[in-house]
Amino acid sequence: MEHVYPNGVKALDGVSLRIGEGEVVAVMGENGAGKTTLLKHLNGLLKPTRGRVIVDGKDTREATVAELSRKVGIVFQNAEDMFFSGSVWEETEFALRNFGFSEDVISKRVEWALRFMELWDYRSKSPFMLSGGEKKRLALAVILAWSPEIIVLDEPTIGQDQLQKEKMIEVIRLLNTQGKTVILSSHDIEFVAELRPRIILMSGGRIVGDGRAEDILTNMSLLESCRLIPPQIVQLTSRLGFMGIRAKLASPEDVAKEIAERIRV
Amino acid sequence: MALIEVKGLSFRYAGSEEYAVRDVDIEVERGEFIVLAGRSGCGKSTLLRCMNGLIPHFYEGDMEGRVVVDGMDTRETPPHMISQVAGMVFQNPENQLFALNVEADIAFPLENLAFPREEIRERVEWALRVMGIEDLRDRSPAELSGGQKQKVAVASVLAMRPKALLLDEPTSSLDPLSAKQLIETIAELNRRHGITIIIAEHRLDLLLPHASRLIVMERGRVAVDEEPRKALTRDIIPYGVAVPKVARVAQLITKMGVGCFRRLPLTVEEFVEEVRGDGR
Repeated sequence: MEHVYPNGVKALDGVSLRIGEGEVVAVMGENGAGKTTLLKHLNGLLKPTRGRVIVDGKDTREATVAELSRKVGIVFQNAEDMFFSGSVWEETEFALRNFGFSEDVISKRVEWALRFMELWDYRSKSPFMLSGGEKKRLALAVILAWSPEIIVLDEPTIGQDQLQKEKMIEVIRLLNTQGKTVILSSHDIEFVAELRPRIILMSGGRIVGDGRAEDILTNMSLLESCRLIPPQIVQLTSRLGFMGIRAKLASPEDVAKEIAERIRV
Repeated sequence: MALIEVKGLSFRYAGSEEYAVRDVDIEVERGEFIVLAGRSGCGKSTLLRCMNGLIPHFYEGDMEGRVVVDGMDTRETPPHMISQVAGMVFQNPENQLFALNVEADIAFPLENLAFPREEIRERVEWALRVMGIEDLRDRSPAELSGGQKQKVAVASVLAMRPKALLLDEPTSSLDPLSAKQLIETIAELNRRHGITIIIAEHRLDLLLPHASRLIVMERGRVAVDEEPRKALTRDIIPYGVAVPKVARVAQLITKMGVGCFRRLPLTVEEFVEEVRGDGR
């Protein structure tokens, strides 16, 4: 597929890809690589200029955003700028009401989503009074409440501290064990290194790499060509050739063990 | 005398019950490079705002204790005087840039303070040069990349010739390479031009190699305030701080009883040197 914006900029240029049910996929690349444009095609917010996007068997050109939204929930980078309700509870139930769920289902789902994202205590607070990290969590809770099969997160770690990032990884893994497909964009290499998803690497509107995190994040020249810096653990292991250690994506514990064994000998 | 002295500082925003900053005592000496870390909402931004007079002059609330910047008590000094000594760079450069071209953006605060024309020209030239953005002078800020915009924002603060630069998560919206380049430029300002740096950031792996001190905050209080290598020997993970992986691996190796590190490495280069030196 291709996408050309009205101003003539070709943001996506010959993209072909297939994402299976239950996958966790990270789209990586520098700012302007086409990540967000690609994500916006998943719920029909943007339609391809050329080619097709098919979500769960349905061509997005033939479906409305409202229809697609029940299947695909997107949390945008600035989702917190779009809050409008008087309370965290109301913000979370709004979409469910729009979808026409019963009162009973609404209150159960809202409670589940708010507890899951650790926002239950704030349910009567105004969304605007939340801290940056809490707003991000609320934006995700809003989507989780209607339980779409595909969850899309645009740069979920911007402005998040380390503990919030770990929480985000936990949430993504949990959603995945529930059978959800999770697709995210990120240039936070350490975060992606910890999550270890399938990685789709983009540059200049094209896909230039697609594979396991273990393979993509250890391909130094490929990362460099996308203006990405390898995870520090990969940078480190890539310099330990003199002790017979190869560049690898591994936990600090595993790398420490390997080095210690070699030094002891 | 310290360049910035924070004494018994507490601050609570109007309408909020909790104190954002509580009983903070910090002395910042000239030429230091201080990294401020901690969970979001721990008080880093509030502390920075107190250090350049935005608090109490632009934010309402209750302030106790005092902050003295280069001999000026922030409570009794107009903010434009303080910002000439301690200039602030924010998370989002868009909020700091508005003019039609880069040069005009950098010159604006100086024009506002009625500096002589020749002086303005010299300062703008200097700021463009030290930030390495001379080629951007005629460009419109709107058409620059995020990394370039942030460099222009820093240049416009530098043109005031401040003694200290306060930066509030300046790389959070930048891609990794742009973030690395910005941090290296900031480190240059400190090393070569002696500008005191106080930076709130999550990317410790990029910053600590340049830092003289790491301050970790927790719920408005200072939890750790030490030289980076020493600070990393404390259990700072619960404070939401990402310990650089090289330091983490070195600590784990040491724990396994293999003593190949004379000092805790902060970069891949330091790690390799240490391991080659002793272990082989």
